[in-house]
Order: sequence, then C-alpha cells, then structure tokens
Amino acid sequence: MNTSWFLLLLPLLSALIIHFALKQRLATLASYYGTAATGAAFALAITLLGKTDSPSFEWISIGENFSIDIGLKLDKLSTGMMIVVTGIGLLVHLFSLGYMKDDAAKARYFGNLSLFMFSMTGIVLADNFLMMFIFWELVGLSSFLLIGHWYQKDSAADAAKKAFLTNRIGDFGFMIGILMIWSFSGSFVFDQISSGLAASTIHTCWLSIAVLLVFCGAIGKSAQAPLHVWLPDAMEGPTPVSALIHAATMVAAGVYMMARFFFAIGTENLDGLWAMNTITWIGGITSLLAALMATQQNDIKKILAYSTLSQLGYMVMAVGLAAPDAGMFHLFTHAWFKALLFLGSGAVIYACHHEQDIWQMGGLLKKMPITGITFIIGTLALTAVPFTSGFFSKEGILHAAHEAHSPFLWVAVGVAALTTFYMFRLIFVAFLGEPRSENAKKAKEVGLVMWLPLVLLAGMAIGSPYVGSIIPSSEDFKPVTEVHPEDALFWYSISAFVVGLAAACVFYLGKKKEPLNIPLFANKFYIDELYAGVVKFAQDLLAAVVHFFDEFIIHGLFVGGLTRSVQGLGHSFRRYIQSGNLQAYALVLGLGTVLVIYFTAFF
Amino acid sequence: MPEASLNDYLLFSGLLFAVGLAGVIARRNIIVIFMCLEMMLAAASLTLVAFSRFHTVDGLPDFDGQMLVFFIITVAAAEVAVGLAIIVALYRARQTINTDELDALKG
Repeated sequence: MNTSWFLLLLPLLSALIIHFALKQRLATLASYYGTAATGAAFALAITLLGKTDSPSFEWISIGENFSIDIGLKLDKLSTGMMIVVTGIGLLVHLFSLGYMKDDAAKARYFGNLSLFMFSMTGIVLADNFLMMFIFWELVGLSSFLLIGHWYQKDSAADAAKKAFLTNRIGDFGFMIGILMIWSFSGSFVFDQISSGLAASTIHTCWLSIAVLLVFCGAIGKSAQAPLHVWLPDAMEGPTPVSALIHAATMVAAGVYMMARFFFAIGTENLDGLWAMNTITWIGGITSLLAALMATQQNDIKKILAYSTLSQLGYMVMAVGLAAPDAGMFHLFTHAWFKALLFLGSGAVIYACHHEQDIWQMGGLLKKMPITGITFIIGTLALTAVPFTSGFFSKEGILHAAHEAHSPFLWVAVGVAALTTFYMFRLIFVAFLGEPRSENAKKAKEVGLVMWLPLVLLAGMAIGSPYVGSIIPSSEDFKPVTEVHPEDALFWYSISAFVVGLAAACVFYLGKKKEPLNIPLFANKFYIDELYAGVVKFAQDLLAAVVHFFDEFIIHGLFVGGLTRSVQGLGHSFRRYIQSGNLQAYALVLGLGTVLVIYFTAFF
Repeated sequence: MPEASLNDYLLFSGLLFAVGLAGVIARRNIIVIFMCLEMMLAAASLTLVAFSRFHTVDGLPDFDGQMLVFFIITVAAAEVAVGLAIIVALYRARQTINTDELDALKG
C-alpha cells in the first residue's frame, strides 16, 4: 500500500481512538497520543515532500461511464501544503498540551483536533473535486466542533453555529460550481478537467459563472466579504484552534482550492474571464475593509482575526490576478507567522488569566520576553519588513498587481500601511508601557511546551521563503528571496511601512486609553447588524408565508379537508345506512341480489 | 290439459320467490317474515325439482337436483327450530316481535 494513504489515515485513526477509547481519566494520554500521531504525520509528510504520485481506487460506479474515485494527488502543491498543515498542526498540538492542560474536556478537544487534521489532509491530497468537497464539509464540521469547544458559553455556541451556517452558504455555491464544471468537462478529477474543457465548446460566460460558483466555496471557507462575518466570531474557540484553523490552514483551504483548480484548468484558460475581475474585487474589498476594522478592535484575538481576513483578501486578490503562485506563496509564509502571532496571543491570554482586552495589558515585553520577542518577529513578518518571509510574498502579490496594471496595487499598498498601523498599535498597547491591570502585573513567562512552538514558528516566520522546496506552488515556481532597492515597488512597501509605523507611534506610543474613536470601524461597518436585520426580515416573511401555507393549505385543505370529508361520509353512513331496521337491510340485500342477477344475466 | 313446460315451473317459482321476498321486506311481524323466508326456500326447491325433471340422463331424470332439495328441507327444518327458538327468546326479552321496535343495531 502506498505510504501516502497512511498520511490520510493516521489522523483519522487517532480521532477514532481518542473519541472512542481515551476519555475522562485517559484524557492526558489522549493529548499525548494526538500529538504523537500528528508528529508521525509530519514525519510522513517530510518523506513525501516533492514526490509526484496519484494512487486512487474506484469508490462509486454508476452505469458505464460515470465513476467516482477516492484518490490522492501528490505534487509540489499538495506535499508542500502538507508540510504547512502537519507542521503547524504539530506545533499547535504541542502548544495545546500546555494551554489546555487543565481543560475539563481535553480528550474531546484533542479528538476533534485529530478529526480536523484528517479533514484538512483530505482537502489537500484530494485528486478530484467530489472528494475535496466531502473533506471540505468535514473541515466545516470539525471547525464547528472546535469553535464550540466551550459550548457551555452561549457566545461560543452561537459562534460555532454562525461559522457553520455561513460556510454552508458558500458551500452550496461550491457544490453547484463543481457540478457545472463536471457537466462542461465530464470529469471531477483535476488532471482531466483541462482536457475536458478543451474538448467542450462551452461559452466562456458559462465558464465564468462556474468559476465564480466554485469561488463561492472559497468565499465561505476563506472568509471573504460578504461571508467574512464568521471568522472574528470564531475567536470564541480555544486560541490554539484559532491559530491552526482560523489562521493557518482551514481558512487557507479556499485559496488552496482555487490554486488547485486554476492549475488544473490552466491559467491560460482564465484570460478574459470576467469572473477573475470579480474575484480580484472581492479579495481587494475584503482586505481593505478588514484592515480598517482591525484598527479599532480592542480584543487581541479579534485584531489578529481581522488581520487574517485582510491577508486572505491579499491571497484571493493574487488568485484573481491569475497569479495563484503568488497567492500560495503568501499563504505559505502567512501560515507560519500568523500561527506564531495567534499562539503568541494565546500565551499572553494564558499568562493574563484569560484577559483579552489589550487596554488591560501593557508592559508584557518585560514580563514575557520570549513571547514578546517572538510576537514582534511575527509582527515584522506580517508588516512586510525586508528580509522577513512576509516581505517576499507580499512583494510577489504587488508584482502580480503591477504586471496586470491593476488599480489594486494601490489597495494593496494602502492595506500594507494599515496593517503596520494596527499591528504596532497592538504591540505598543499590549507589550510596551505600564501594566494597566492586576492580571497584567502578575503575568509571567509561559512554560517550555508553550514557548518552544513560538520560537520554532518565529524561525519559520523569518526563514520560510529560503526553504523553497516546501513552498506549495506549481512545479516551476521560484520564490524571489532578494531585495531589489532599484525597484519602485520596494519603495512603495517601505513607505507604506514607515507611514503605518509613524502613525502608530504618534497615536499609540505610551497611551493609556484609546485616543481615536471611529464607531464605523469599531462596529465592523455594521455588517453584522445589517445581516441580522435582513435575516430577520426575510425570516419573518418566510415564516408568514409558511404559516399561511401550513394553516390554510395543508391544515385547511389537505389534511383538514380529507378528514372532514371522511368524517362526513362516515356520519351519513351512520345516519342513513345503519338504520338498525331489519327490513331496510333486507331491502338492500334484495336490491343487491336483483342487481347481481341483472348484471350476470344481461351483460 | 297440456303438460307444464320448464318455463312454467321457473316462472311459478320466480313468482313464489318474489312474493316471499316482498313479504320479508314489507311485513313487520317476525313470524310472518319467517314464513315468507320458508316460501323463498320452497321456491328454490321447486326450481331444483323442475330442473331435475327436465334434465334427463340415460332416459331417467337427473336425481342430483332432487337430492339437493332433501338437503334444503333438512337444513330448513333445523333452521326453523333454531329461528323459532331465537324468536321465543327475543319475545321473552323484549315483549315484542315487531321489527320496527327492534332497532338496537341503529348506528
């Protein structure tokens, strides 16, 4: 049996064993077991790095020419992505050993984490759309379970529901898109879609619609506007989950899927599709809106969540500019440093006894030097300081925008400045200055099992572009890892950084409370309220229609009408036929006999 | 006097049956209804005898029909015994044998 199957089955086995065998008193064992299984998966992923293979077997066969396979596709894209998934997964498991040490439902947490690893591995390795869709839904499920880990809290349960339902909206479009692609190309398998499309005579307009519908799935999973509302709420889950799922892997699945899809149909087939423009717009708008919202958040995890949204917008923008390689490169670097930032915030939250408001922190750099320094390294990578990983990948996207002569170059530069502004706001408020609460005063550095992942991730935040062979991309993609001071784009991003940093210094350095107050940004452009209103209106309308239908059509006409007619018939039988009079019965009997004789004799 | 044909017998027995049925339907006294019932049985028996007489096998009447008549008479005798016993029991219980008053089965 091909070893790549083990990569898929290891986490599944771990999830099953933990969920069915290791509960309650064995919970600590479950946490070690889950971590060990992820470690084994990581080791396997390293051995598979750079291999190309596609083992598969037939799963469903209907008729003569329709069959669905379960198959794995190993290439540079998927094996590189597996390193990200299992590598960050392993570090998050390690961190969770410390963070979730005293949690009451530790076994459930690690079991669900394993389930997530299984689903994510399935998405990454799937060689056809249908299998990807199945694992896509599984990822949605495990995300739901993990966000709602502390389901006793109403806000966590609500956030889990919101994430699941919002994702379902996108997934519905994704499903239709998959079926459209199948009807055009006759195949679900990525490798056969291109030739199938070449053979078909479908109009590009239809192809555009199909691409957009497939992109709907990415809108849901990668939390793009207008379905971005679930991601900030998903921060109700445990912080390591936010790092793994809602920063590094699951939300990247949308971008990964689009890259997989675009490589499959060939970027040359995408030229001139209006869908591409729409994708770019959605990415650009998301990245700008999210960056603006991030500037006014006070919850440390919410800031990072909006930052994630904004960076995902970047990646989607790159995908829309027909440069999925640039998008995947940014996905790759972003996964490491954003996981670092989330785990760093997790360490801060843990040290401050679950205090998440940055205005209640302060001076943490002195108290938690390792966390503080790694957090700053992550911030430098996110704000694209030269020679960090974020710089190179962001340059890649700027180049793509520049080559396409797209106005989104300016959006990207503006968002870069905003990113620097809100990230340094976070650093200045939470890590510098004086402690502003008892919890912050008593904070002390976290244990080895928690700071070790931070240090490793900090290493990757700097060095990830230099290990080019693990970057998930097309085969011939070479990351740019040099600084070109003669290039105008270099100066754009430097000036964006300087402007952002200067603004943050002016407004936030040494401040004790929020000097700016922009309700529009703090309230996330009132999008949640808008949705609540629209949903309420639509729901009330629908409820009224359904109620009318139920009350008058179903109850009044069908069920009620039927019972009333049967009741009436029975009543008349009782009244007029069952008279109890012997002669009446005899008469009916006689008439019946006469009728029978008449019919038998004369017909 | 010409011999009666099969049709004459059947017509007669049909009339007898119809009179019996009319009695069963129209009369209110159970004893009379019972007698009319017997008349209907007699009509059926007459038909059988007539068929037996007019259907010859090897120059002899077909006695199957007559045999059936004996069965009918026997069963009718038993039925009368049971029926009259029921009527007596009914009269003791309800002090009437008028069917208009016997409507306990009314729905």
